Amino acid sequence: MIAANLPALQVVLPLLGAVLCAFLRRGVYAWGVALIVSLAMPLIAIGLLIQVLDSGTISYAMGGWKPPIGIEYRVDVFNAFLLLLVSVIAAVIMPYAKRSVEKEIPSDRQAWFYAIYLLCLCGLLGMAITGDAFNIFVFMEVSSLAAYTLIALGRDRRALLAAYQYLIMGTIGATFYVIGVGLLYSMTGTLNLADIASRLAGIENSRAVLAALAFLTVGISLKLALFPLHVWLPNAYAYAPSMATVFLAATATKVAVYLLLRYFYTVFGASIIFQDLPVSNIFLILSLAAMFGASIVAVFQDDVKRMLAYSSVGQIGYITLGIAIANLTGLTGGIVHLFNHALMKAALFMAIGAVFYRIGSVKLDDLAGIGKRMPITMAAFVIAGFSIIGVPGTVGFVSKWYLVLGAFEQGWWWLAFLIVASSLISVVYIGRIVEVVWFRPVSAAAKRAEEPPLSMLLPTLLLVAATVYFGIDTSATAGIAGRAAEWLMVGVK
Amino acid sequence: MDLLQTIVSHYNHWIIIFLMVSGLYIVVARGNMIKKLVGLGLFQTSVYLLYLSPGKILGGTPPILSPQFTVYSNPLPHVLILTAIVVGVATLALGLALVVRINEAFGTIEEDEIFAGEEDK
Repeated sequence: MIAANLPALQVVLPLLGAVLCAFLRRGVYAWGVALIVSLAMPLIAIGLLIQVLDSGTISYAMGGWKPPIGIEYRVDVFNAFLLLLVSVIAAVIMPYAKRSVEKEIPSDRQAWFYAIYLLCLCGLLGMAITGDAFNIFVFMEVSSLAAYTLIALGRDRRALLAAYQYLIMGTIGATFYVIGVGLLYSMTGTLNLADIASRLAGIENSRAVLAALAFLTVGISLKLALFPLHVWLPNAYAYAPSMATVFLAATATKVAVYLLLRYFYTVFGASIIFQDLPVSNIFLILSLAAMFGASIVAVFQDDVKRMLAYSSVGQIGYITLGIAIANLTGLTGGIVHLFNHALMKAALFMAIGAVFYRIGSVKLDDLAGIGKRMPITMAAFVIAGFSIIGVPGTVGFVSKWYLVLGAFEQGWWWLAFLIVASSLISVVYIGRIVEVVWFRPVSAAAKRAEEPPLSMLLPTLLLVAATVYFGIDTSATAGIAGRAAEWLMVGVK
Repeated sequence: MDLLQTIVSHYNHWIIIFLMVSGLYIVVARGNMIKKLVGLGLFQTSVYLLYLSPGKILGGTPPILSPQFTVYSNPLPHVLILTAIVVGVATLALGLALVVRINEAFGTIEEDEIFAGEEDK
């Protein structure tokens, strides 16, 4: 009974949890509910992944209405992997959240914070699991509206501005997405993704379908912060509460990347996207612009959270580069970087969140010498930072390795060179933090610092350990990413 | 003549495009945060029409089965747009709430003044 209804539970549990949190009103109880729900999520996702690996794609008729009339929840290798990623991150950050939220959110708003967080989780999981184009829009808005609110709860008044800007940009993106879906619907008369794909055969090159593709691509690219549509991201990450930054940086953009791949490969089909249209070239140029442009901007930031936010834009460039390379190895690299970047960026933002917890600032000057006061946290930060650079033995190396191999397979040796060159820029900004944190005299602000409580330290260390573990034993992540990439490539019509 | 006919017979699309572009223009060109939200609302509303207008069949009736009628309009776009309207209302409400908070925190809702004020510090 439960096993058959796992796809529904994955989305419904956080939704019910959110309502319960809103009723409880006390921060601690709400945290308890959010913790239980978040811990249940990976169990469900693992259950789904095992079912998918055993018996292939799961099709779940929501409410008993058979697809394509009803809404279908469709779980395959690729989105089972993504569901696992999102729910594991959600589970790992919950123990961390308690102290961080107590410090940063006024006590009368803590329960609301957890309610909104669960809504955001519900939206992200829903976007990943549903097989219905319009349902994706609804979940997209559930997660986005929740994300705007999470960001606006930041202490700094500029958090409000960041949330407002994100709301404007995000809504434009979502509306572009609906326009695309509307055009597809008027051409095919169906909203089920698999059904749309089969009915598109023969009319792929009609103007309405191409317009739909353009609207969908731009809309989703706004959500995934593809350069130059990333302007909402740095401020949003910089001023949001630490816990919200960790969660959004690790999951929100990743789900948007998933949507893009889903539309490119399983709906429109790779042959139109990559052979008839210059999508590959456009993504190549934009990815390179992100990898270099955003990374260079990151070097000049004085606020560490902003620096890491710009680094995120650059790292998203590597993921989209995997899409642009468009062969099996490159796509594997992109998908595995999706997973790896979530791990390492969550670890980095958690370490910085712990610093904020102790000294109430993330300005680079205030962090001077803090390595001597918080050695474990800062060591964790350095290891995760190495992963961003792509040092062998960390996950960052694995994904870049696949991307470079993919570039060679395509005969683009110059691209392999550019991937390495852009990594050198991340050496500069990560190196800048490492230098300040470890080799400068202890600043006035850092004098008060000490290691964060265990509830914050352990989740951070767990993620850092994962970045090292999956950097050495790549069979789990790269294996599943490879299967997902193969599955997407086989779906090519 | 053919071209003119095509243009006139697709008048619903011209209305949609006009609303869409003017909404987007207001979002981009206006510095006042409330006006931006109005533009955003206009932009979203144009999409409702994009869905609804092809769903209506001339001479079609509401989709209630009856032996007297054979031509029915498609009800699905209406259902979708009801959902989209709810989403639009929620977005607008959240946007306005943010503007209220911004006004409390900064004392203005003009983007230029806010950014100028931020740079002074």
